[in-house]
Amino acid sequence: MSTVSQTHTAVPATSVKGAARAGVMARPGAEAVQEKGWWRAHKWLLLRRASQLGILALFLLGPWFGLWIVKGNLSSSLTLGVLPLTDPYLLLQSVAAGQWPYKEAVLGAGIVAAFYLLFGGRLFCSWVCPVNLVTDAAAWLRRRLGIKGGKVPSEYTRYWLLGLMLAASALTGSLAWEWVNPVSMLHRGLIFGFGLSWGIVLGVFVYDLLLASRGWCGHVCPVGAFYGVLNKTALIRVTADKRAECNDCMDCFAVCPEPQVIRPALKAVAQDHPLILDQDCTSCGRCIDVCSKDVFRLTTRFDRSES
Amino acid sequence: MSTQKNTRPSADGKSGQARRRFLKEMAGAAGGACMLALGVGLYGTEASARPASAIRPPGALPEPEFLAACVRCGLCVRDCPFDTLKLSELGDNVATGTPYFEGRKVPCEMCEDIPCVKACPTGALDRELTDIGKARMGLAVLIDQETCLNFLGLRCDVCYRVCPVIDKAITLELVHNPRSDRHAMLLPTVHSDACTGCGKCEHSCVLPEAAIKVLPYALAQGKAAEHYRKGWVEKEAAGGSLIGEQQQLPMRGLEDRKYGDTRVAPGYVPPSAEPSRPAGIDSGWKP
Ligand code: SF4
Ligand code: SF4
Ligand code: SF4
Ligand code: SF4
Ligand code: SF4
Repeated sequence: MSTVSQTHTAVPATSVKGAARAGVMARPGAEAVQEKGWWRAHKWLLLRRASQLGILALFLLGPWFGLWIVKGNLSSSLTLGVLPLTDPYLLLQSVAAGQWPYKEAVLGAGIVAAFYLLFGGRLFCSWVCPVNLVTDAAAWLRRRLGIKGGKVPSEYTRYWLLGLMLAASALTGSLAWEWVNPVSMLHRGLIFGFGLSWGIVLGVFVYDLLLASRGWCGHVCPVGAFYGVLNKTALIRVTADKRAECNDCMDCFAVCPEPQVIRPALKAVAQDHPLILDQDCTSCGRCIDVCSKDVFRLTTRFDRSES
Repeated sequence: MSTQKNTRPSADGKSGQARRRFLKEMAGAAGGACMLALGVGLYGTEASARPASAIRPPGALPEPEFLAACVRCGLCVRDCPFDTLKLSELGDNVATGTPYFEGRKVPCEMCEDIPCVKACPTGALDRELTDIGKARMGLAVLIDQETCLNFLGLRCDVCYRVCPVIDKAITLELVHNPRSDRHAMLLPTVHSDACTGCGKCEHSCVLPEAAIKVLPYALAQGKAAEHYRKGWVEKEAAGGSLIGEQQQLPMRGLEDRKYGDTRVAPGYVPPSAEPSRPAGIDSGWKP
């Protein structure tokens, strides 16, 4: 192994590419930890976890400690008795099923949709959604155990499902996706009690771990697909502006939940600017963390500069 | 935006092979999604039944509309001061995440300001309901006349006493007790024009298993055929019989009585009839 790292000094053996050459298991991000230190190499991950758990904590303060800052759950909530927030995809299903909701719910959905339309829909996936903790855990374990194979469905499955669930809502007259939606099952479960819904969440974990790498969030979840549509005009974007420094270690591809979005920006495929504009990018910042060369940076969609 | 589109294989126009691969992937995606959607749809249709003991909150839309309107947020649950309402969990056999209560466990206290309805952001709980007395969550039914203590001739009356709409929603109907033949029975009787389905009666029934239960309307009530008419109602509405007054024939042996009076005095023995067998304790028979 030492000989390998000597011959390929540019790509360390812990990286995806180095490990592939050496025939050992990759530890994407290890080089970044060495170069930048543990905290900087986990900055965005820690911030995201703080956001995810913080939002969950706001919902739990009420039922656990009687501090009612936020009531309800991600489906619909009321903050400090004045701010209504409602999941717009849920409300669309309700409308498809033939119900026109009260103005509180419509206003709540409008606020949520406007926020994500402006800043980026899939911020929901990486900074809010509780299932992200589950699928991230599955992806991490899959990497650590070196589990390969399984069958990943097409990444367009989620967009079909997004539309089909609206159609199914219209046909059955009920909120079709809510019969199984792991996002609300998990969030509601934590706040109001699980029953057997933990089984659905466990199913998602096992699916991602054994059957399909990043299968759920990257290929199936229609909620993520809906927020992906809202992500088309995202203000917050990641840029690979120092792509000239890239040493092809492939670590960013290994940790990115939507690896297909990186290539156009990093390798200038079918675009010349280094901005990741694909609607599937969740702005999670993992690529920023694991890159030892600091190629990536969080910025706005208008910043096409390259350094 | 156009550059972004280019990252998708669809616009990889140069190669027909890429397009074919893309179309194949799309077909696979559509097929997979259809299977999943079908599964979810079938499961949803299957799982939208509701057990008879699960009662929806006041103001809830009829069940099919309710399932389309309720986003399962639990805001109604949070604003119920008596912790009556509960969001269904997977395995409760009520559409997962929707609010319900069971009268036997925690009944609805019929809050005058109906906070649960006010809290609902979607209209699954209808704000047209402003008078809790007009709520129709379900209908109480004295379902077991064999164990109800009042039907056995005792004076339990608990369901009657606890009813928030006492003497309107539930009354005690005086009936002769044929078993003792000398006592009365006071039968708890529910009236659908006033019962809100709050479940207080079911909750407080003293039996180990309540003899009075609140049921969803669809289970609690029968339905008369559209064309049925009640003669006495029609007669009163019309101010007289629609088919002319009926012939009143004399009843032999009762000619001195008013029409319809067939009462028999105690100890009365019909002429030319054998003394009847003693019936009850108070039959007047002496050894
Ligand atoms: S894809 Fe779905 S489950 Fe995954 S993070 Fe986004 S909303 Fe949550
Ligand atoms: S490109 Fe970077 S920010 Fe976007 S999803 Fe992948 S890892 Fe996250
Ligand atoms: S009326 Fe009052 S007690 Fe009954 S469900 Fe509503 S909030 Fe709860
Ligand atoms: S507040 Fe309304 S939408 Fe929310 S759970 Fe209750 S009935 Fe459903
Ligand atoms: S459910 Fe029972 S207690 Fe409630 S109104 Fe009806 S009869 Fe009265």
